[in-house]
Amino acid sequence: MEVYLDNSATTMCYPEVGELVYKVMCQDYGNPSSMHRKGVQAEHYIRESKETIAKILKVTPKEIFFTSGGTESDNLALIGCARANRRSGNHLITSSIEHPAILNTMRYLEEEEGFRVTYLPVDEHGKIRLDALADALCPETILVSIMYVNNEVGTVQPIQEAVQMVRRYKPSILFHTDAVQGYGKYRIYPKRMGIDLLTASGHKIHGPKGIGFLYIDSRVRITPILFGGEQQKNIRSGTENVPGIAGLGLASRLIYQDLEMKNALMRELKEHFIEGALKIENTVVHGFTDEGGAPHIISLGVAGVRSEVLLHALEDKGIYVSSGSACSSNHPAVSGVLKGIGAPQEYLDATLRFSMSEFTTKEEIDYTLETLYNCIPMLRKFTRR
Amino acid sequence: MRFHSFLIKYGEIGIKGKNRYLFEDALVRQIRHALKDVDGEFLVHKCHGRVYVDCEGEYDYEDTVERLKKVFGIVGICPVVRRKVQEIEGLKKDVVAYVGEMYPEGNQTFKVDARRADKRYPLNSMEINCELGEAVLDAYPGMKVDVHHPDIRLNVEIREEVYIYSEIIPGPGGMPVGTNGSAMLLLSGGIDSPVAGYMIAKRGVEIEAVYFHAPPYTSERAKEKVVDLARLVSAYAGPIRLHIVNFTDIQLYIYEKCPHDELTIIMRRYMMRIAEHFAEKDGCLGLITGESIGQVASQTMQSLAATNAVCTMPVYRPLIGFDKKEIVEISEKIDTYETSILPYEDCCTIFVAKHPVTKPDTARIAKSELNLAEKIDGLMQAAIDTAEVVTVS
Repeated sequence: MEVYLDNSATTMCYPEVGELVYKVMCQDYGNPSSMHRKGVQAEHYIRESKETIAKILKVTPKEIFFTSGGTESDNLALIGCARANRRSGNHLITSSIEHPAILNTMRYLEEEEGFRVTYLPVDEHGKIRLDALADALCPETILVSIMYVNNEVGTVQPIQEAVQMVRRYKPSILFHTDAVQGYGKYRIYPKRMGIDLLTASGHKIHGPKGIGFLYIDSRVRITPILFGGEQQKNIRSGTENVPGIAGLGLASRLIYQDLEMKNALMRELKEHFIEGALKIENTVVHGFTDEGGAPHIISLGVAGVRSEVLLHALEDKGIYVSSGSACSSNHPAVSGVLKGIGAPQEYLDATLRFSMSEFTTKEEIDYTLETLYNCIPMLRKFTRR
Repeated sequence: MRFHSFLIKYGEIGIKGKNRYLFEDALVRQIRHALKDVDGEFLVHKCHGRVYVDCEGEYDYEDTVERLKKVFGIVGICPVVRRKVQEIEGLKKDVVAYVGEMYPEGNQTFKVDARRADKRYPLNSMEINCELGEAVLDAYPGMKVDVHHPDIRLNVEIREEVYIYSEIIPGPGGMPVGTNGSAMLLLSGGIDSPVAGYMIAKRGVEIEAVYFHAPPYTSERAKEKVVDLARLVSAYAGPIRLHIVNFTDIQLYIYEKCPHDELTIIMRRYMMRIAEHFAEKDGCLGLITGESIGQVASQTMQSLAATNAVCTMPVYRPLIGFDKKEIVEISEKIDTYETSILPYEDCCTIFVAKHPVTKPDTARIAKSELNLAEKIDGLMQAAIDTAEVVTVS
């Protein structure tokens, strides 16, 4: 049996999306900047995709900008806004549990461009502390960036409250959210919530890799970070990735179909999994187990078994999961998020992330639990003395 | 400058008496193998006690030289310009043009070193030297003759064609692989073992390898890394048969039954036994390890004695007297360093004791191994039977 429970790392492409991407690559392959019919045809795909996404977010299509994915969207949002608004101040705020695409960009702005950055601490569930946000806001603050859903433990951040707090302090401060793990799981309406910029990625929602978008509210002052042929209103130069864009549009439409039903199903499976997993001695689930956490992410600590070993033992049985966050798993450093939420020492290097999708079934979860029951006692027997 | 041939200089194999042709044939074979995937057509041949690579038509010069630099047995690679044989005035023109293109600064010292393989040529070597030397001096007033320590040694050989060359690109030395039997390398993911394989291959020995992994304690990526390392070594050593052995059950059994501080030594003894099994099966004449005295607990003199005791085959340890720094230098030179330092856990480190024995007594270790009597033969056999063999090149 093959069970893919690493959907927060990446997802299987919807077959319909794969077919559309193939068609755009091999038949409707025009350059949208070309004057002839083939170019116009390509442009249609872009327009359609923008309209689909704009409708989902309840924003206007001209506020959607396509990028190469989450990392580029985050870079463009932070660097582009910081540079364009430097005259209003040099202070940025983010949280300590962001994805490296945010944290390392912030670090760059700190070290190379002279900005001051505040990293907000989180509580034991991985939720940012609003009182710390209140303390951090100052007259120099120009941008606040807080992720929608944490990618390692799944905690949903209090974005609405944070935006309101920022707006009350000073309406002109820009608010960005990295919604890579939230887009496709939540109905997010930036205008209603007061979000100025929003990052999303294609391959987390059963779309293609190498495509994502940044929603930029029309009021936002931003400067490009890539220079070239001035495509996409000169915010993001470079020939548009038309197959990716078309695929992202279709994937967005498909994932938001029956969203509530899919989420309810995942939540049911999540509860079932947690209930079963906690029957194993000395285990813990990090973050919220209720509505406070995303429906698809479970962060399970198993004391006494190194996460990498358990990961490979599950792999051997056809179950694919992550240790910590897949994006930073190349450096086996201890997870900053788990440290940030104050997870006990014995779980820091002994936590796996199981992340589901709408395709996950109860049989798969039961098989996973069964496998955990079988291999954890064996692995615990042979630990480093 | 467009070169038409490479003259291959070989050192040691020139002195091998009656076996000389065996070595030369092996060298030719290795050169052909090395140039197999290079763009261009190459004719590799022996001629008058030399080896030439003639390049027919267009070819990738840089790639060719890079490949030749990895063929053991080659001491020097001389890029050669070939010209038609003609009377002395024509020859002068060719040589002057060669010097002009190769040394545009025109201010070095030089010496002409002419040879006639074709004795029918009307001038003798001395006379050719004088004529050509004069022509070069006339054409480039900045050049000076120095017959003892010239900057440029201008070789002109008259054969069925005229061969002109002056540069020598150093080769790796050693002896052609395939002239000295084969040996089994214990390859881990570390820095040392690939270097050890390289050094033994350099003496003309064909390399096979064995790698022990321990899933789920070691990952698929750790295995990939070892395959990559084998591939890097094979750039010098030729194709390598790599045996991948699942060591998990043996390791866990030792862990369960033997004193923890002896785990690494006992593990290594079983690795040697399995390696020797494959070596015997494939007709290898020895084992190779990357050990160096005192580098870690399992490489003290006592530990080496304890692991050595289980083998009947010679165990070659080319790095035995090297410091880590020296080993790293070679691994950087042969391009394995970057891969070696990728951070994947290998099976030697997973259950390692905090304080392993550093002065194991061979008799005591053997006694500890008695605890394994019940199952170990079966586990060894299973490990051998399930080993995966891939040929890496």
